[in-house]
Amino acid sequence: MSKELISIDHVYRTYIDANANKVEALSNVSLDINDGEFISLIGPSGCGKTTLLRLLAGLDKPLSGKLSIGGEEITGPDPSRGYVFQQSSLFPWMNVEKNIAAGLVARGVYKDEKSRVQDYVDLVGLEGFEKSYPHQISGGMAQRVAIARSLINNPKALLLDEPMGALDSFTRADLQDKLLELWKKKGTTMILVTHDVDEAIYLSDRVVIMTPRPGEISEILPIELGRPRDRGSEDFLELRGHILEKLHLASTRIEPEYTI
Amino acid sequence: MSDNKALAIIVSVIGFLIALALNLFVPDKQDVIQKAYRFILIALSVLYLALGIRALISRDYAKKYIFKSKFIFAMGIVLAVWDLFSSKLDILEMPFFPSPGKVCMVFIDEYEFLLQNVYYSLRLFTVGFLSGIILGIGTGILIGWFARVKYWVFPVLKITGIIPAVAWMPFALTIFPTSFVAGAFLIAICAWFPVAFMTAQGMATTQQVYFDVAKTLGGSTWYQLFRVALPNAFPNIFTGISTASGLAFTTLIVSEMMGAQGGLGYYINWSKAWSAYYKIYAAIVIMAILFSLILKVVSLIQGRVLRWQKGLLYE
Repeated sequence: MSKELISIDHVYRTYIDANANKVEALSNVSLDINDGEFISLIGPSGCGKTTLLRLLAGLDKPLSGKLSIGGEEITGPDPSRGYVFQQSSLFPWMNVEKNIAAGLVARGVYKDEKSRVQDYVDLVGLEGFEKSYPHQISGGMAQRVAIARSLINNPKALLLDEPMGALDSFTRADLQDKLLELWKKKGTTMILVTHDVDEAIYLSDRVVIMTPRPGEISEILPIELGRPRDRGSEDFLELRGHILEKLHLASTRIEPEYTI
Repeated sequence: MSDNKALAIIVSVIGFLIALALNLFVPDKQDVIQKAYRFILIALSVLYLALGIRALISRDYAKKYIFKSKFIFAMGIVLAVWDLFSSKLDILEMPFFPSPGKVCMVFIDEYEFLLQNVYYSLRLFTVGFLSGIILGIGTGILIGWFARVKYWVFPVLKITGIIPAVAWMPFALTIFPTSFVAGAFLIAICAWFPVAFMTAQGMATTQQVYFDVAKTLGGSTWYQLFRVALPNAFPNIFTGISTASGLAFTTLIVSEMMGAQGGLGYYINWSKAWSAYYKIYAAIVIMAILFSLILKVVSLIQGRVLRWQKGLLYE
């Protein structure tokens, strides 16, 4: 077992919703994440998965409990924890190249590390689109840029907030494979928030199933399938059925259409 | 298609040629030297002929040229009618409605004096307008970024900003050492308000997610201000600058009319004192050209800075 990178220790967080009600977004959540692990947080909306991701990013603070990375407490945002947002978050006034270079500029190392920009353009397969502006590229390409923009900072962990949520299913499958490829190449710890059960099983080492009101972890499910994974395999479908049942989304267990 | 182009060239040029023929062959009733007007008509014909040749070569430009040809024809006809009713038939009352020939002669007779005044206006405008824009962006950044500055300065901006700048003229003329500085000050404050207002608004409407991105990428407050909020405000800033330019032209001319030692406004006042209304027309023509050129420069800079919006907005 590889060593622990992130520790989430009895974290509690509320927020005030649109009707001025206090909502318990996270209640007493604890989770350890290993270095280099691919982990998915799955659950219906309102279960606090995005809240947890924002706490890990340091964009919000817990009301009680502690989050730490590499033994150090998370007190604020840091380039060592990259974040890919659900909606298009590319700076519209910068072209693809400038967006990817934004992290270098932000950290004040652009002059010395300029040459790496092209590597990251190539890494996400966007050669030829360097000078395009965000509105000129597709949604899938935009998310690739967002991923490259975070990875150029060499983060220890990449926090992915439903990055494929707004994409069509072909682009989504394509980006999932790209993400696995990057994960293998860079060894970055990946923490993915998703509401797509297949996506969670296809990508993750472990799937964290969360339930809402109050947001808490109901099960941590290891996915012990070899990669590349076959979405139609019996084991896959069984895990899928299990998770759906856990989420109360399926009234009956989904059986494979045939058995070998 | 090439027939269309040829027709467009003929249509464009023929209006001016009609005006020229009328001027040449119909005898004058008023005492006018026509050479400047004739020269301008020939120059316009040659210009549109040259542009027509460009249209024959460039397909993109041809569309534009063909579209405009009717209007260009009408310009020639309007000149011809104006000439007919003034110098040829002497129906329009002098000195208030001089012939085009008389107006055009000003460009030759007062060539040097006009140029001096154009230079004065241009210099005054540039100094005042640029300092107003810089001041406006500066104030806008402070209001848009610091809640405390917004609390104390924004209401002051809202109240003083709607006062027409020229209302301050008596004070400006007393306080500042020269009428040039006073004029520059007035132009600056009239540009200051819309630019400051729009800068602050543009920064305030930056989406939270862009700040979150900047933070997770390691961006300092400085980065969030100058690389996120400010670029986000650029489209608004240019709206402010466009609004400001109209106000600034007005302020320029009024302040020149009310105490300056030069400039087109001064020239108009001076001509009025001599009842030389034909010179006022000449100054108005120059203003139209000069201000159009300034607006063109502003829009070129805008297109360059906001090139990322190309194709994003309905044009």
